[in-house]
Amino acid sequence: MAERLRLTITHLYPELMNVYGDRGNILALARRCEWRGIEVREEAATLGDRLNPGALDLVFFGGGQDREQEVVAPDLQVTKAEALREAAEAGVTMLLVCGGYQLLGKFFRTHTGTEIPGVGVLDAWTIAGPRRLIGNVVVRCDWDPQRRTLVGFENHSGQTFLGPACQPLGSVLVGGGNNGTDGQEGAIYRNVFGCYLHGSLLPKNPWFADELLRRALARRYGPEVTLAPLDDRLEVQAHDAVARRARQLRRVRSGAW
Amino acid sequence: MALLAGRSAGALSRRLGLGGGTVIAGHVVPRLAPQALRSISSRLPQGVVVVSGTNGKTTTARIISRILAEAGLRPLHNRAGANLLTGLVTAIAADATLDGRPRSDVGVFEVDEATVPRALEHLVPRALVLTNLFRDQLDRYGEVHYVAGLWREALARLDPSCQLVLNADDPLVASLSSSRAGGTRYFGIGDRQQAVAALPHAADARLCTRCQARLDYSLVFYGHLGHYRCPSCGLERPTPAVEAESVVLEGTEGARLTLRTPAGPIGVSWRLPGLYNVYNALAATACCLALGISPEPIRHGLELFTTAFGRLERITVEERCLYLALVKNPVGFTEVLRTITGSTPHATLLILINDLFADGTDVSWLWDVDAEQLAGRVQLAICSGLRAEDMAVRLKYASVDPSRIVVENDPRRGLELALQRTVPGDTIYVLPTYTAMLEIRETLRRFGYVSGFWED
Repeated sequence: MAERLRLTITHLYPELMNVYGDRGNILALARRCEWRGIEVREEAATLGDRLNPGALDLVFFGGGQDREQEVVAPDLQVTKAEALREAAEAGVTMLLVCGGYQLLGKFFRTHTGTEIPGVGVLDAWTIAGPRRLIGNVVVRCDWDPQRRTLVGFENHSGQTFLGPACQPLGSVLVGGGNNGTDGQEGAIYRNVFGCYLHGSLLPKNPWFADELLRRALARRYGPEVTLAPLDDRLEVQAHDAVARRARQLRRVRSGAW
Repeated sequence: MALLAGRSAGALSRRLGLGGGTVIAGHVVPRLAPQALRSISSRLPQGVVVVSGTNGKTTTARIISRILAEAGLRPLHNRAGANLLTGLVTAIAADATLDGRPRSDVGVFEVDEATVPRALEHLVPRALVLTNLFRDQLDRYGEVHYVAGLWREALARLDPSCQLVLNADDPLVASLSSSRAGGTRYFGIGDRQQAVAALPHAADARLCTRCQARLDYSLVFYGHLGHYRCPSCGLERPTPAVEAESVVLEGTEGARLTLRTPAGPIGVSWRLPGLYNVYNALAATACCLALGISPEPIRHGLELFTTAFGRLERITVEERCLYLALVKNPVGFTEVLRTITGSTPHATLLILINDLFADGTDVSWLWDVDAEQLAGRVQLAICSGLRAEDMAVRLKYASVDPSRIVVENDPRRGLELALQRTVPGDTIYVLPTYTAMLEIRETLRRFGYVSGFWED
């Protein structure tokens, strides 16, 4: 009888960095594992906790309000930054949304010009922008062999720019994306995925949830690991409804189609 | 607006409490707003009460009005949800006689959280009630700390004669009194039996407002409301003068309350469901005591109070019992679900989620709702509205059986489906966001089941 697969999801600062329903990503991952008989363990790593890079399978880091981010940023540097860099190089799968995405870049430059150092896992940096990018978003993932789309909701005034050492998560079909200018959304480096997509992201993008799970399990159990298909009709229905709504409410990027 | 139609400019400005003067049609109300508020409200014999907060403004304001009516006063309040400055002006202008005198004795105004500072520039209230501060629609206000900051500044300028009525159980609200002189009255819950196990994930305030350390909670009632203490600087929940010593919840039937107050104990058979409504009763009680109202009219007013429009209403439709409960943020929605699951093991739900401006355009908040409590307890969940599909996915990941989830975007067809799939005597819980509530009530009104909103 085949060994039962196991996965640990490590949630960074869950009680501080959890605005905009990002918890839904954890729920999506956990349920999709549960429905396949994969044993999931959720652990929290918060203020003061150190990480063991060798013990990480899948890391999630969400967004927070300014006050909470001010408390998290220094703790991140002291207790977790090195472990996260090591884990990223070793191919650990990570999903970073909004604040988590920004904090794992190189730095954040505030309105007054102060530079707050990031963890430096992603070759990306963020500057405080003049306006908020807010609304439903549709993004096409060009790195995906099937070039599938992601839908979500963005709400950020930070503008993120990517350097050469990482690639975008997708091209923006509808919405602002990283900075509202270059038509790119999110960032990928090895198995680290950062983005500005709330929604929550994973429930309405089941193919991407499974992509993260597959990568995390493959690292533990080898590349032959497969995920049993699930009935994703409700999720796909929601995905398509959001894509339609986004097009209804916002300008489609010219040349995007 | 009736005020503008068919009235001469002169009569209009008299009515708004000004001398005859020039009035520019179409720009009358906003331009005159400050003067109108100040001049008429200062003539209200018993003054003005202002109520604000994320959840419970309308209900608390209505309870206060009810109690004041029991005490023999004639209260004036603004329409439910019409709580920006224009809403206050409309209410005051509509109540005034042609020469600018108010017909009512006392104003009880619910005010939008971000409008409080501006309202306080024009009103000098006898009491200011702040119910709570929750993450509501982040795409409208940004952050709770921003609103708390606005309030703190406004309170520092508040007249010392104003009684501040604050929720002791909300650390964000309770700490606001430090910025001013003048009396503060606290209210809160003291009954440990109503506490839940731990601080839920959607909680906003876990950091001490004074020193940013993590707060310790010995009891949690709902959201981030409870008994808390900062282990670092010692800041802690103030002892409330008005406290619910005993709360016996009775599902949708309400609760039996025993309130400890400076005027003696008050025992109440309270008809609104849920702990969140116990807080509204407490806020109203503390406010009315601060205004000098005695316990008997308070108890009477609480017991006779039935809900305002849409917040939680019981309507009979084709022999089914419909409960309508507005859902607008994670904590409120979670509490409504807690009330429902406490009343029935197999709920039939009609959930209507819109994403228009008044509902909040980002539906991510649904993922902060503790929908997991519905797992295994849903007979049928019909998801309706503009974002029905999102709600359906939320329920699926809350481990609700997908075969019991139906997506029907059109609210009227959703209601019809709910009626078709139930029999006389069944209960249907109808949970809309704000604009969906207006739609569903309109549908029910057209079929003759409810009186119009305008009669509220």
